[in-house]
Amino acid sequence: MRVLVNGDPRELPERSTVADVVAASGAAPDGRGVAVAIEGEVVPRGAWDATPVEPDQRVEVLHAVQGG
Amino acid sequence: MALEIAGRTFESRLILGTGGFRSLDVMADALRESGAELATLALRRVDPGARGSIVDVLGAAGASLLPNTAGCYTARDAVVTAQLAREAFETDWVKLEVIGDDRTLLPDPTGLLDAAETLVADGFTVLPYTNDDPVLARRLEDAGCAAVMPLGSPIGSGMGIGNPYNLRLIVEHASVPVILDAGIGTASDAALAMEAGCEGVLLASAISRAAAPARMARAMRLAVEAGRLAFESGRIPRRRYAEASTPTEGLPELT
Repeated sequence: MRVLVNGDPRELPERSTVADVVAASGAAPDGRGVAVAIEGEVVPRGAWDATPVEPDQRVEVLHAVQGG
Repeated sequence: MALEIAGRTFESRLILGTGGFRSLDVMADALRESGAELATLALRRVDPGARGSIVDVLGAAGASLLPNTAGCYTARDAVVTAQLAREAFETDWVKLEVIGDDRTLLPDPTGLLDAAETLVADGFTVLPYTNDDPVLARRLEDAGCAAVMPLGSPIGSGMGIGNPYNLRLIVEHASVPVILDAGIGTASDAALAMEAGCEGVLLASAISRAAAPARMARAMRLAVEAGRLAFESGRIPRRRYAEASTPTEGLPELT
């Protein structure tokens, strides 16, 4: 299925979870310092494993950068 | 005397913004020289090619994290960004920015107040980056913000404190800490903010974009300490005519 990860279309296996998307995004493997939003809503870290990603959803995978 | 915000105390009254450093190594050196115990950071899309983690560098230095909502132009974006930062960094502290204009990066007052109310209700410790407007500062305090952080002048401008009279009004009326945020160009600007009664100074570009960031960080540390000491020491009043400091009694007659 196709999912928009950080604005780029990505092909992911059916029944992928948020945890799978994070792993495929290049973020730190332990997910530390990483946050995820689907369609503009926060997905808490504790729910990554159990939250499925639907086709064509917009997933944002964010990490810390310098700023402020 | 330490800086106290929302029940936490910091020996340093300088908060380091981490934007603009050319590398994490330069940032780490500047952080050490600044003495800052609280440092900002931001959230952006994962960059698989990123080298090193700012979270690790700040953690190794013992600095507490103050995530910002930089780049947000609506209250909703700022609220979601703060919630994402809480997930990522396990802190409910946020430097709240809601920007109203992309040339000046001045805050959007209504969006800022709206986002502050929402985040306070959601349990956040909110430190809003605000205009140098005494009425807005009071509204933010009334909304439950843990501090107010008025700008001296636009972000990254290095123009110093544009309206010292408004800054003093904000300080006089606030019962939460006032932290000058944005516009500092050099050490005397930071000292002036502290002399005006600010409880702290938050700055990034003045250090990160200086020719020698670590040395400027030390200058800022000293300026903030000097300004605070001067504020606590009660300066002499300004007067229009001289007042001799050497006694006139006992002057000899020599002609």
